[in-house]
Amino acid sequence: MGKTLFEKVWNRHVVSEVDGGQEIVYIDRHFIHEVTSPQAFDGIRNRGIGLFRKDRIVATADHNVPTKDQHLPIKDFLSKHQVDTLTRNCEEFGIDLYGLGHPFQGIVHVIGPELGITKPGMTIVCGDSHTSTHGAFGTIAFGIGTSQVEQVMATQCLLLQRPKTMRITIDGTLQKGVFSKDLILYIISKLGTAGGTRYFVEYAGSAIRSLSMEARMTICNMSIEMGARGGMIAPDETTFDYIKGRKHAPKGEQWEKAVEYWSSLFSDEDAVFDAEFNFDAGEIEPMITYGTNPGMGIGITQKVPTSSQVASPESLKKSLEYMGLNEGETLIGKSIDHVFIGSCTNSRIEDLRIVAEFVKGKKKAENVTAMIVPGSKQVEEQARKEGLHQILEEAGFELREPGCSACLGMNDDKIPKGEYCVSTSNRNFEGRQGPGARTMLVSPLTAAVIAVEGKISDARNFVGVEVPA
Amino acid sequence: MEKFGILESTVVPIKVKDIDTDQIIPARFLKATSREGFGENLFRDWRFDEQGNPKPDFVLNSARYSGSILVADENFGCGSSREHAAWALVDYGFRAVVSSYFADIFKGNALNNGLLPVQVSPEFLKEIFKHTEENPQQYLLINLPDQTISISETEFSEQFEINSYKKMCMLNGYDDIDFLLSKKADIEAFEKQHIEF
Repeated sequence: MGKTLFEKVWNRHVVSEVDGGQEIVYIDRHFIHEVTSPQAFDGIRNRGIGLFRKDRIVATADHNVPTKDQHLPIKDFLSKHQVDTLTRNCEEFGIDLYGLGHPFQGIVHVIGPELGITKPGMTIVCGDSHTSTHGAFGTIAFGIGTSQVEQVMATQCLLLQRPKTMRITIDGTLQKGVFSKDLILYIISKLGTAGGTRYFVEYAGSAIRSLSMEARMTICNMSIEMGARGGMIAPDETTFDYIKGRKHAPKGEQWEKAVEYWSSLFSDEDAVFDAEFNFDAGEIEPMITYGTNPGMGIGITQKVPTSSQVASPESLKKSLEYMGLNEGETLIGKSIDHVFIGSCTNSRIEDLRIVAEFVKGKKKAENVTAMIVPGSKQVEEQARKEGLHQILEEAGFELREPGCSACLGMNDDKIPKGEYCVSTSNRNFEGRQGPGARTMLVSPLTAAVIAVEGKISDARNFVGVEVPA
Repeated sequence: MEKFGILESTVVPIKVKDIDTDQIIPARFLKATSREGFGENLFRDWRFDEQGNPKPDFVLNSARYSGSILVADENFGCGSSREHAAWALVDYGFRAVVSSYFADIFKGNALNNGLLPVQVSPEFLKEIFKHTEENPQQYLLINLPDQTISISETEFSEQFEINSYKKMCMLNGYDDIDFLLSKKADIEAFEKQHIEF
């Protein structure tokens, strides 16, 4: 029987099997950041052991950094202490740190791929659930807790139960104005927030193959929002073209060998998955969430469901009460207070280009604040080179410095209570963007259109698609 | 890690599905660099208003319910990988969480902190909610060696699953690092033949 992509990569990393069916799995790269690493470093110190393979660890500061005046000392005492602790730990243990002020600093899941650290066939972990992003390269990448961060620091391994495999095939062509963000929100709305739990997902099909690497990263990034440990996509020419020439990419003869190996990373025709789903890309419209988990999403022209249409009327009621919305309501035309463009889901250069192209020569609506937070210093720099910052600023968008920012509201970038924020991030949980904040997840183009219109609008109407009313 | 054997306790029921780790501990309370003190902000925004006053209708503020077992509706612990969620529950005094489904990362984090996640059938969960609603003094009995959970002094009892290695760790208070450290020779041998591109 053939093997799945997941099995091919996983099997190459199994050190041994232990009682109870768990396996010791070797980890090729370990990304760390300031929030989920300090307790792990303490653990290593308390045990009196060093790091097993410090060269396999890469650090950055992203979750708890300000996105304004990064050249000045951090004002918040606790945040400063946390970021300084990361710096001290990296110095003490000799770990490469792309901290504040470094030209490579940025959101961990943005910098890994852009530096060419993320490569097909690897195992990658990080104390962050959106580590699944790196799966876009055909890597097994997933989020871990701090105890596991410590385990990897101590042994470069984890003790894991092999997840089940799922394949989601999306064939067909996305409509104009519909993006990979809409595609993944659509899938999550179909499978639910726990539909992928216990599984590792492979995304396949012609719609996936036609996507850029950055668009693929958006898909894999949100795998965790349906409960999956991770998502992956078989590497192809698009993948190799993206990696080639990046800082940590293999060079010369090594490159040829690498591509030869990477080209073997796909699911065999006779491979069997534990679960399979199929979707048609052409049926997907721009998506928006109405509730308080990422599974509560609808096509933008659809109505908020009613109690009789959902499996859990109590959850719907609780969510709509929090969101200030009604059952059966149409969202088109609803006034919005804030637009946030950023996060490890949608803060890459292509996202910024999509937004800039649309807002060029336009102005954001009076009733909206529009904030755009690039995913990394390199994205910020590229945006400047292309003149995007000027277009965005002229349109009334505030361009910030890199970090996780209002995706999780750990720093000062919070949405006030009761106000609506249309966001390109990944989670619309209660209070995620600040206590009482009301988040609606969308694609970067939908966010840009809403920033200009000041109200929920169908992006397709603005890119020359005639949408039947 | 504290050992877990048999636990009999009254429960704190939260009949909400898909409780994510942002609810268990909001991100703005993740700035600490130690593992202690997170219990103070457990379920912060459900438990306190903006002024920090307890919200009387939330179960942790109710005089009716207390105990070291949290019972929650399906898909508990989804979302962020923050282990702070498990630390907050343990710091508050919980030793076990009962639900009909757990998110993967939370489940692993709980087991790594001596907090037992007990997955029961939806029907059994319904019975727990029913019994504890009628009688807040209702005890639950969790027996890890036998892998059983019972509604004390009733006929309701169920087996639960746990990985045999993880069970051994919970019973003895071992963590994975000790085990992995004991396998260093195997790991080094693996590295010698592991090619990375």
